[in-house]
Amino acid sequence: MTELTNILPSMATVLQVIMIAVKCVIIAGIVMNLPIILVWLERKVAGHIQQRPGPMRIGPHGLLQSVADGIKLIFKEDIIPSKADKIVFIIAPVIALIPAMTVFVTIPFGDSIMIPYINQEVTLYIADFNVAILFILAVGGISVYGFMLGGWASNSKYALLGSIRAAAQMISYEVAFSFAAIGVVMMTNSLSLVDIVHAQDGWFTNWNILYLPVGPVWFCIFFVAALAELNRIPFDMSEDEGSLAAGYQVEYSGMKFSLFALAEYSAMVSISVLCVIFFFGGWNAPIPGIPIVPPVLWLIGKTFVFIYFFMVIRFTLPRYRYDQLMTIGWKVLIPLSLVMILITGLMRILL
Amino acid sequence: MLIEYILFIIFAVIAIMSSLCVVTLRNPVHCAGYLIVTLLQVAALFLLCRSPFLAVVQVFIYVGAVLVLFLFVVLLIDVKKASMEIFKPKHRPLAYGVLAILLIETLVVIFVGGLEKIRLAAPGAEVKVETIGRELFTSYIFPFEIVSVVLLVAMVGAIVMAIDRRG
Repeated sequence: MTELTNILPSMATVLQVIMIAVKCVIIAGIVMNLPIILVWLERKVAGHIQQRPGPMRIGPHGLLQSVADGIKLIFKEDIIPSKADKIVFIIAPVIALIPAMTVFVTIPFGDSIMIPYINQEVTLYIADFNVAILFILAVGGISVYGFMLGGWASNSKYALLGSIRAAAQMISYEVAFSFAAIGVVMMTNSLSLVDIVHAQDGWFTNWNILYLPVGPVWFCIFFVAALAELNRIPFDMSEDEGSLAAGYQVEYSGMKFSLFALAEYSAMVSISVLCVIFFFGGWNAPIPGIPIVPPVLWLIGKTFVFIYFFMVIRFTLPRYRYDQLMTIGWKVLIPLSLVMILITGLMRILL
Repeated sequence: MLIEYILFIIFAVIAIMSSLCVVTLRNPVHCAGYLIVTLLQVAALFLLCRSPFLAVVQVFIYVGAVLVLFLFVVLLIDVKKASMEIFKPKHRPLAYGVLAILLIETLVVIFVGGLEKIRLAAPGAEVKVETIGRELFTSYIFPFEIVSVVLLVAMVGAIVMAIDRRG
């Protein structure tokens, strides 16, 4: 009997595992379904910017439009090009999606809360480990394989060019993106996202964006690099419809195509949450004396501001040329972030 | 402990299988794909050794950067031609020589290098990033600086070659 209890995990561990599983299911459910709203929102934003109503027919103000689109995508014929590398072609969208979802493991949506009936304290994040920032950078970097392998497996010139562009862009901007993360680590003295938010507790003047003079610059570097990592306009060279049709996803249709879209939208959500956590105080209210709004809603609200911002940018800015993209990455962002690291370091030592 | 043991077996078996695939498969893109799987499994093994930092850096550097560059080049190769190519007979002795040296090296490390002295950190005691940083900049400062100079040389070399090509 004692041997058995030694091997079997204790009750507390089992409860913990169940808790983590429940949290995973909830977050996965939210993240998987969020694109339905975001696609609608994006089309609405596009419409209003271009002075037209956007989707209007299905549901009130076209709210059910993306549901209808989803059903259409599911029932569409799933074409695999005859000379494609079948297995790689099939798993590439999944490779793109999994890292985009995995990033949410470390993202804290709030501090811990008490659940009233079972009297159990629950943390509003799945895991808080002391290398969370590195984890996000590492895992986020994997999703480029989905784009690369997808483009290659399609056996099409446009797709291949798109995937090569995606790879080159990812490599170039990963550096600036990581430097921006280093900047955040230097400003807050921690690699754990929960600690980063706690370092910005209190008034909004404690937020990293107001860590003058370096905070705003770090935010700009982070934001521009994030736009490029997300492959969104003005940096969406890998799916540039003017010169490459649709880039790496040109041969994809049906559900596989929507998996790529899903990956893109989850990445956008995670980057928006990261913007908030890194620079805008996470779940902290701007003024500590506002108790009515729960912290989670603050985080979600701020995140939606950023998602909206990404969408507005998409429909207001033109696309950069490829060489301009590389120039911005290598000759502006990277030297700038090196100088900023120096300044931030000096500020940490001297102040 | 039992769960850790089972996880170790899973990761190790997948790592060995996929690394076998890396060297035996014909299509270079598939090889690169299996190399990614191998590196991810090694990262998982680091995690089992309670070094999350090493695991994450492994994924970050090797999977996120080095192999992207690998694939970048491999994608441009004519796969049909590449999968037909074999080692030329006159190159084979060299390849066998390198293999033999690697084998001897591995055996020396395993049996003479004092591998049995290495102990895992106690359960719950993770290797902290701060510890690694402090060790790197105090006890191991000399090798650390040497490595950074070597990297700098490689970078300068790459730039010099690129300038040469253009002019």
